[in-house]
Amino acid sequence: MYLRLPSKVLERILFFIDSNDDRNSVSLVCKSWFETERLTRKRVFVGNCYAVTPAAVVRRFPKMRSLTLKGKPHFADYNLVPDGWGGYAWPWIEALAAKNPLLEEIRLKRMVVTDECLEMIAASFKNFKSLVLTSCEGFSTDGIAAIASTCRSLRELELRECIVDDLGGDWLSYFPETSTSLVSLDFSCLDSEVKFSDLERLVSRCRNLKSLKLNRAVTLDGLESLLRRAPQLTELGTGSFSDELSPEALSKLSKAISACKQLKSLSGLWDVLPEYLPALYSVCPGLTSLNLSYATVRMTDLVDLLRRCKKLQKLWVMDLIEDKGLQAVATCCKELRELRVFPSEPDLEEPNVALTEQGLVFISEGCQKLESVLYFCVQFTNAALITIARNRPSIKRFRLCVIEPFAPDYKTQEPLDQGFKAIAMGCKDLQRLSVSGLLTDKAFEYIGKHAKNLGMLSIAFAGDSDLMLHHLLSGCKKLRKLEIRDCPFGDTALLENAWKLETMRSLWMSSCFVSFGACKLLSQKMPRLNVEVIDEMYPPETRPESSPVERIYIYRTLAGPRLDMPEFVWTIHKNPEIGVSHLAIK
Amino acid sequence: MSESVAAEHDYIGLSEFPTMEPTTMSDKTKTRDNNNNSNNDDDDCLNFKATELRLGLPGSESPGRVDPRFLSLKSSGAKRVFSDAINESNKWVFSPGSITATGDVGSGGSAVKDSKPVVPVKEKKSSAAAPAAKAQVVGWPPIRSFRKNTMASSQSQKQGGGDNHNNSETEAEAKSGPEPCLYVKVSMEGAPYLRKIDLKTYKSYVELSSALEKMFSCFTIGQFGSHGGCGRDGLNESRLTDLLRGSEYVVTYEDKDSDWMLVGDVPWEMFIGSCKKLRIMKSSEAIGLAPRVMEKCRSRN
Repeated sequence: MYLRLPSKVLERILFFIDSNDDRNSVSLVCKSWFETERLTRKRVFVGNCYAVTPAAVVRRFPKMRSLTLKGKPHFADYNLVPDGWGGYAWPWIEALAAKNPLLEEIRLKRMVVTDECLEMIAASFKNFKSLVLTSCEGFSTDGIAAIASTCRSLRELELRECIVDDLGGDWLSYFPETSTSLVSLDFSCLDSEVKFSDLERLVSRCRNLKSLKLNRAVTLDGLESLLRRAPQLTELGTGSFSDELSPEALSKLSKAISACKQLKSLSGLWDVLPEYLPALYSVCPGLTSLNLSYATVRMTDLVDLLRRCKKLQKLWVMDLIEDKGLQAVATCCKELRELRVFPSEPDLEEPNVALTEQGLVFISEGCQKLESVLYFCVQFTNAALITIARNRPSIKRFRLCVIEPFAPDYKTQEPLDQGFKAIAMGCKDLQRLSVSGLLTDKAFEYIGKHAKNLGMLSIAFAGDSDLMLHHLLSGCKKLRKLEIRDCPFGDTALLENAWKLETMRSLWMSSCFVSFGACKLLSQKMPRLNVEVIDEMYPPETRPESSPVERIYIYRTLAGPRLDMPEFVWTIHKNPEIGVSHLAIK
Repeated sequence: MSESVAAEHDYIGLSEFPTMEPTTMSDKTKTRDNNNNSNNDDDDCLNFKATELRLGLPGSESPGRVDPRFLSLKSSGAKRVFSDAINESNKWVFSPGSITATGDVGSGGSAVKDSKPVVPVKEKKSSAAAPAAKAQVVGWPPIRSFRKNTMASSQSQKQGGGDNHNNSETEAEAKSGPEPCLYVKVSMEGAPYLRKIDLKTYKSYVELSSALEKMFSCFTIGQFGSHGGCGRDGLNESRLTDLLRGSEYVVTYEDKDSDWMLVGDVPWEMFIGSCKKLRIMKSSEAIGLAPRVMEKCRSRN
């Protein structure tokens, strides 16, 4: 007997299902479930904007209200992807504007967004509520002004670490006097000063404003005034924290800060002067998130602040915190889930800071809920990694950057294989891993064998041979994203594990030994992969087949080779006779 | 000249749109190597080669550079799949993404591909290089440009004397903070984006032109080809100048009086003192500029 769940009932059930993964699973059950699911999906996530065409997405999800897109490969953050590579938002905005006028939210990461895009958004979506751009570029403050002036129900406008052509601070003045809907405003990446009186008025009238992240041009006086008008804030990104303040002014500021009783998250704090930190003490007990990663203050000042933050869950800080500071954090911040430690002077041969592997060991001992780690350090030991893994099997994201490439365990001079083996074996829920230091193929054998939940792996300056890649591609069942730079292998492992690449979102390899011939073979073998070669000097076909290519980016796609490549990117054509196809957008 | 080449690659303090450098660095190497093949009379070529990045076995370099324990680890060698490619005559540095500015790598062999970036692990650098000129590998350590730029302008503020006012007395296009950074926008005809560069990081027109070349080469990639021969200062870096002076494009700038002038005609210090914006335009459009340059010079002198 064939039972079918009525679609109305299924719709009701799906109403409660938000997660993309779950909805994706639902859509695979059968055709009617696919249909019901697609007609009810409101929030759509596309992890690689080239994996599928805008038209296909817009067609499939007619009720879409929110679209999240990611463009460039992650290594673009570190300047490994040349400008002009791609990741254009325009085709998506265009397609949405034509078919989906009720769209409310757009979230883009590492994409190129132009002023035209922003103007089109402002013009096309009457209910537009939320624009969040992370690490995007290509637009100017004029585009922001268009959004500000036209989107009547705008709730979120967040520019997170974008590269914006800053033509001045006028954009803020384009918010109409009648607009009161803002809940979140983040313009911390802009340089120019906005007209302060307009900012004040905006903040005053937006009674629902919960998150405000100012840019550096906002002074401490300004901050005080804004906080007085918005004590309901839960997230604050301060402006610069280093103006000269009289004692009265400082005390006024303290008062204004302490009035923010619901403040949970604090960031900004550029150039903070240590003598101003006490102004923050009043809100410390309630803070769950603190970003001190631009605060160049010493360990003792940091500790004085941090030991008051008993509820802290997320801490970003610089290595100025030193081992001792981390020991204090481990004692005081028992709720800590995420720690990121950035280098204050990454280029110096001998960093002048007493931050070693011991700091992270302390944290692993004291912070029972630790899940997520990003740690820059000059050198490390296997023993420390083993201890960390044993203390904290709960770790889900572990990114260790030993700053010196090829640095072995500095006590034993061995590779860090054993250490990362312990991490892979001990942290059973490990989803994301970045490795560094001296590593042989063995390390990757362990990772391939044990890191069963690993979704994303970043590797630099490691391994000996193709075995390394082979272990990973044949071992890590849930691998989605793999990015590798400066490792001495490529062809054999890649070709042998070609099938794996279709189960992954993408593979990036730069400065490795992948030959043009192998790229061609791979592309012919795997019809649903785009094998893109990035070479800024010559078309790959002018060089011998065995010569290595600069960079490759391989990703699965339903959309075929893309049409908007710049001159230095080639998609290997499926037809071997053609070699490479190269289509540039005009 | 190696030092200035190195200085350009210091990624702290770079503009927001960096990294044409790595690839055109190897571009230079390729060109130089090509030159080496034909007529090698340029001493700089050798020095340059000494600074190129090798990615591969430590130990394939001059041993003094590398911790000897590496040798034992590495030499129990995993077979290199790559060995064929190494032997061919193709000399270009395959790893454009990684550059080192160390000055004392032995210019040991032609085979550059299977060497790893020579970065001394714990040894003190025996180098002639200044302390800050440690091996600079592009994109390493993996820190986002945003953070690097923010830290850079922070540091320069601290160094910039007692004046820490972040107010908008500086121009809209300059980073916040007074003296040490001098960001100007660079636009090029036909290029989709503007760039920003910090003029203070260059000390001469030659450096500037080579930086511009790197930044914009992707837009004129068809037009460079391989220019053998050396430019006016005996360096291949001035290929842009060659190109620009010789053929299609010229670099112009807008000065404090809002006039557009050709780059290169006034002394460098005067130039950076008055330059507000740069634009790379086609020669045909820049024809009218020359006479004004002469007038300006006359009126200044």
